Amino acid sequence: MASHLPPKPTPQHSTATAGGMAETGHARPRGLLRWLLTTNHKEIGTLYLLFSLTMFFIGGIFALVVRAELFQPGLQLVLPEFFNQMTTMHGLIMVFGAIMPAFVGLANWMVPLQIGAPDMALPRLNNLSFWLLPVAFTLLLSTLLMPGGGPNFGWTFYAPLSTTYAPPSTTFFILSLHIAGISSILGAINIIATILNLRAPGMRMMDMPLFVWTWLITAFLLIAVMPVLAGVVTMMLMDINFGTSFFNAAGGGDPVLFQHLFWFFGHPEVYIMILPAFGIVSAIIPTFSRKRLFGYASMVYATSAIAILSFLVWAHHMFVVGLPLVAELFFMYTTMLIAVPTGVKVFNWVATMFRGSISFEPPMLFALAFVVQFTVGGFSGLMLAISPADFQYHDTYFVVAHFHYVLVPGALFAILAGAYYWLPKWTGHYPHLRLSQWHFWLSVIGVNLTFFPMHFSGLAGMPRRIPDYALQFADFNLASSLGAFLFGTSQLLFVLVIIKCVRGGEKAPAKAWEGAEDLEWSVPSPAPLHTFETPPDFHPHRH
Amino acid sequence: MSGGSYYVPESSKWPILASLALGAMMIGIGTLLVHGMAGMPVMALGLVGVLAVMALWFRDVILESRGGLYDHQMDRSFRWGMGWFIFSEVMFFAAFFGALFYVRTFALPWLDGEGAKGVAALLWPDFTASWPLLNPPDVSIEGPQETFSPWHLPLVNTLILVSSSITLTIAHEGLKEGLRDSARFWLTVTVLLGLCFISIQGVEYYEAYAHYGITLQAGIYGATFFLLTGFHGLHVIIGTIILSVMLIRVFRGHFTTDDHFGFEAAAWYWHFVDVVWIGLFIFVYVF
Repeated sequence: MASHLPPKPTPQHSTATAGGMAETGHARPRGLLRWLLTTNHKEIGTLYLLFSLTMFFIGGIFALVVRAELFQPGLQLVLPEFFNQMTTMHGLIMVFGAIMPAFVGLANWMVPLQIGAPDMALPRLNNLSFWLLPVAFTLLLSTLLMPGGGPNFGWTFYAPLSTTYAPPSTTFFILSLHIAGISSILGAINIIATILNLRAPGMRMMDMPLFVWTWLITAFLLIAVMPVLAGVVTMMLMDINFGTSFFNAAGGGDPVLFQHLFWFFGHPEVYIMILPAFGIVSAIIPTFSRKRLFGYASMVYATSAIAILSFLVWAHHMFVVGLPLVAELFFMYTTMLIAVPTGVKVFNWVATMFRGSISFEPPMLFALAFVVQFTVGGFSGLMLAISPADFQYHDTYFVVAHFHYVLVPGALFAILAGAYYWLPKWTGHYPHLRLSQWHFWLSVIGVNLTFFPMHFSGLAGMPRRIPDYALQFADFNLASSLGAFLFGTSQLLFVLVIIKCVRGGEKAPAKAWEGAEDLEWSVPSPAPLHTFETPPDFHPHRH
Repeated sequence: MSGGSYYVPESSKWPILASLALGAMMIGIGTLLVHGMAGMPVMALGLVGVLAVMALWFRDVILESRGGLYDHQMDRSFRWGMGWFIFSEVMFFAAFFGALFYVRTFALPWLDGEGAKGVAALLWPDFTASWPLLNPPDVSIEGPQETFSPWHLPLVNTLILVSSSITLTIAHEGLKEGLRDSARFWLTVTVLLGLCFISIQGVEYYEAYAHYGITLQAGIYGATFFLLTGFHGLHVIIGTIILSVMLIRVFRGHFTTDDHFGFEAAAWYWHFVDVVWIGLFIFVYVF
C-alpha cells in the first residue's frame, strides 16, 4: 500500500509550493485559483471567516437601515415595504451568512489542529461546502433587485405571508436557501467524519477539547434539521408554483403546519448558533484562569442534553398561534428544562474562574462578557418560556431583545473571542492590544445600549417588525438606534485589528497564551499550511 | 489510526465547478418558474454541468482508489460520510411524513370541529373530515374522484422493491465470496427491478392525472401524495443510476472481495430507499 503513496511535503517546505501532491502532479495553483481550488482546511477556514465577516457587514448595514428608520416615530427614511425587506434580509444574512459560516470557519481551522489531524476528512467536499455559500448569498441578495423586491416576510418566512402574499422573488429565495442548506449538510458531515475518524492516536472522545465536542454535537444537529428546512421550503415552493395546499386550509392544509416544520428546524438551529460558542468559551476561560476547565464531563453531558432537548421545545415559538392546552404545557416545561444543562455550563465557567490566576487579555474580555450577557439572554428566555406570560411578550421588542442578547453578546462575542484567541496561531502575531480593548469596550457599550432598552419597549407593548411606533416608545428607540450605530461602527475597529495583525505586530510563539493546553499550541505560529501529517504524540491530561 | 498515510488532495477544480453549475441550475429553475421558458436553457446547462462534474469527480475518486491512494482510515471517512448523508435523507423524508401525520391527526379533524381547536370548523361549517380527503373544505379546490387501491399497482411495486433489496444482497454476497458471475447477474436483476418500479410509478402517475383526479392541485391529499411518492421516486431514479454505475464497475472487475465500499454505499442507499417505500406503502396507500 505504502509504495503507491504520493510523496508528502515535509513541514519545512509546506508553506511554499508543495509539488507532486495533486493528482495532476503540477505545482499548487497560485493567485485567485489557489483559493478557488484549495482543499486545505486552513485556507478554507480563512475563506469561511472572510465570507462571514463580509456578510456580517452587509447584514449590519441592513440593521442600521432599520435602526435609522426607528430613530424617531413616524416614517422617515424608507418605505414600509423596504423596511420589511431590511428586517427580513438582516435576519437571514446574519443567521445563515454570518454566524453559521463563522463557526464553520473556526471549525475548519481549529478542529483538525485540536485533534491532531492532517486535514478535514473529505477535503474536496470541504471546498464545495464553502464555495456554495457565495453562490447562495449572491442569489439571495439579488432578490432585493428583482421586481416586487426581496423577501419581506421576516426571517421566519411564515406561510401564507411567504406563499400567497409573497413577492415573485420568493422562489429565488427558496432556491438560495436550498444551496445554503446543501453547504451546511456537507460541511457538517465532513466535521463529524473528521472528529470521529481523524483524532490523533490515543485521543479518546473524552479527551477532546470542548470546542471539538460542541462542534460534533452541532454537526449532528445540522444534519438532523437542515433537511427539514429543505423540506419545508420545498413545500412552500410547491404551494407557490404548483398549486398545492400544504399551508392552505381551503385545500385541507394548515398554515400552522408551516410553523411546526419551520420551528422543528428553527429551534435546533438556534443551538447550532450557540453550542460552538460554548466550546470557544470553554477553551478561553481555563486558559486565562490558568486552571483546568471545571466539570469537563458535565460540560459534555450538558451539551448533549441541550441538543436532545432542542428537538422537544419547538412550539414555544408558537404559544399564541392556537395550540391545544396540553401542547402549551408540554412545550413550556421542556423549554424550562433547558435552563438546567445551560445553568450547569454557566456555573462550570464561573467555578473554573474561582481562585484562578485570571488575566484579562482581549479573548478573555469577550469570553467574560459572553458569560454575563448570554446569561441575561438566557433569563429573558426563561421569561418567554412561561406560556401565559408569553401571551404578553409575543411579537414584541422583548423577544427581539432576548434573541439579540443570545446572538450578539452571545454567539457573536464568542466568535470574536475565538478570533482574538486564535489570531496569533493564524497570523503569527498578537492582535494590537489597545485597539482590541477599544473594540471590546465600544462593542459592550454599544450592544447594551442597543438591546437593553428593547426589554422595556417590548414589555410596554411595542410590536416588532413595524416601521413606526407610538410616541411613548421614542426614548427607548432613540437609545437603541444610537447604540446600534456605535456598535456597528466600532466593528470597523475589528477589521483594523485583523489587517494590522496580518501585516505585523508582536510575534507570537507556538504557545501564544501561557495557560493554553490544547494541541493547536504545539504547532508553530503562524501554523504552517500542512500540520500533523504524521499524527502527534498525544498525552491525555486528566480532566 | 493514521500512520501518516491519509490522502489529502492538494487542489481540485471539481468543487468550484459544481458550485457554479448548481448555481446556474437554481437560477434556471427560478427563472423558469417565475418568468417562464427563458429559464429552460440555463437550467438545462446547469443540470448538465452538475451531472458532468459529478461524473468526473467520482471518476477521479475511483482512479485514486484503484491507484491505491486510500488507506483504511480513508475508507472509514467514506463510511461515516455516507452514513450521515443517509441520515440527512431520513430527516428530509421525516419532514414530509410529519406533515402527513399532522394534517391527518390534527388539521383535518380541527377543520371538522373536533378536539381542542375545533373552533376552526367556523371557517367551512359544511366540511366533513375524511382520509383520503376527497372533498377539500373550500369549493374552489376540486378533490380527487377516487383513490388507488393499495392492493394493485402499489402492492406490485412493494414486492418489486423488496425483492430488489434481496437480489442486491445476493449480489453483495457474491462479491464478498468472489463469485463474480453471481454478482453481475443479481446486480443486473436489481437494476432491472429498479427500472420496473420507476415505469410502474410512471403508469400510476398517468392514471392519477387521467382517471382518478389526483393532481397536485387536488387539495392536501394530492399534495402529500405527490410530495411523498415524487421525492421517493426521484430517489429510486438516483439509486438506479448509482447501481448502474456499480454494475459497470463490476463488469470492469473493479471491486475486490474485501474492498468494495463504493458498492456497499450504493447498497446502503438502495436499502434506505426501500425502507422509505415501506413507510409510504403503509401510510400513503394502505391506511
